[in-house]
Amino acid sequence: MIVLLCGILLMLAGIWTMLVKKNLIRMIIGFSILDTGIHMLIVAIGYVKNGTAPIIDAGVRLAKTAEGAKVVAEKIVDPVPSALVLTAIVIGLAVTALMLAYAIRLYKTRGSLNIDDFEEQKW
Amino acid sequence: MIKQLLVVLALAGLAWLLWPFLAEFRVSESNNALATEYIHGSINELNMPNVVTAVVVTYRGLDTLGEVTVLFLATAGVGFLLKRRELKGGKRRAGTEILRTGASFLAPLIVMFGVYIFTHGHLSPGGGFQGGVVIASAMLLLCLAYVDFDFSHRLLTWLESLSGLAYAGLGLLGLVLLGASSFLDPRFMPAGNWLRLFSAGAVPLIYSCVGLKVGAELSTVLDSLRGPGGAA
Repeated sequence: MIVLLCGILLMLAGIWTMLVKKNLIRMIIGFSILDTGIHMLIVAIGYVKNGTAPIIDAGVRLAKTAEGAKVVAEKIVDPVPSALVLTAIVIGLAVTALMLAYAIRLYKTRGSLNIDDFEEQKW
Repeated sequence: MIKQLLVVLALAGLAWLLWPFLAEFRVSESNNALATEYIHGSINELNMPNVVTAVVVTYRGLDTLGEVTVLFLATAGVGFLLKRRELKGGKRRAGTEILRTGASFLAPLIVMFGVYIFTHGHLSPGGGFQGGVVIASAMLLLCLAYVDFDFSHRLLTWLESLSGLAYAGLGLLGLVLLGASSFLDPRFMPAGNWLRLFSAGAVPLIYSCVGLKVGAELSTVLDSLRGPGGAA
């Protein structure tokens, strides 16, 4: 519940940063904050009460039967959101690197990181 | 003024969209049917303790292949945008004695730790992506310590291409050996014993390919973002 609330607050903070800030680097930081918020949201949805990480050691290995699998399923959290977040973190890293590369390129060619200096596409 | 109002409106709209998540959120008492099926399959069919790895590599293997493709495209984009020769940057200061000694002591250990993480991805927390990032962090340490540290581009390119090819090849091998609808199925290799390094079919091999590929790609990104070297 707290994780979910923090995730939503982080998402709002990230969107606010992206909308209000003028500096490209700060907008990229806002995107990262939004990304982290989304990860926390997904992980919070997959939580099972009193569950641990979905890694089964020898102690809980009684899941050969259907009833045993049900017991195990009550002790560990949902593995699917964890796997999705694992994917999302890597994609977020790749997208952030690409955005930073664009920012560096813009700074090298135009000598500014302020979004107001790029007016060609303004409507 | 009108702009600030629009920003506040957008944030309020987003909060209103997310409100049902918070209001109707209940901590579930047990896993749903899909998760239970994945857990059951991971233990009994794949012989893999780490259920997340089972989902990432096997059940959602196609997603991971797409993810690797996105990472490759981003790396290619960074390399395209930041050609080393065109950039002119300031000279960097050389690292101090402490930094250089510490970096050359730690870097091999960090690389070894990364290799450990991605070869044990089916047994313990971790896997190809995490191990690759750890390897790239060793490269970052070396970049910080030595101003004229240079990556072997040929090695990185070959490593990345070959491991990507091997990853797709292992997926296709499952398709060939096990019949249709078993792309990226690791069960064409023996399942092995529970909690052994060589178990869970081809998953250690697949994750090693992913780890090498991610490590090589992120090292390339670091090299592109670093700018020109040269001692002060």
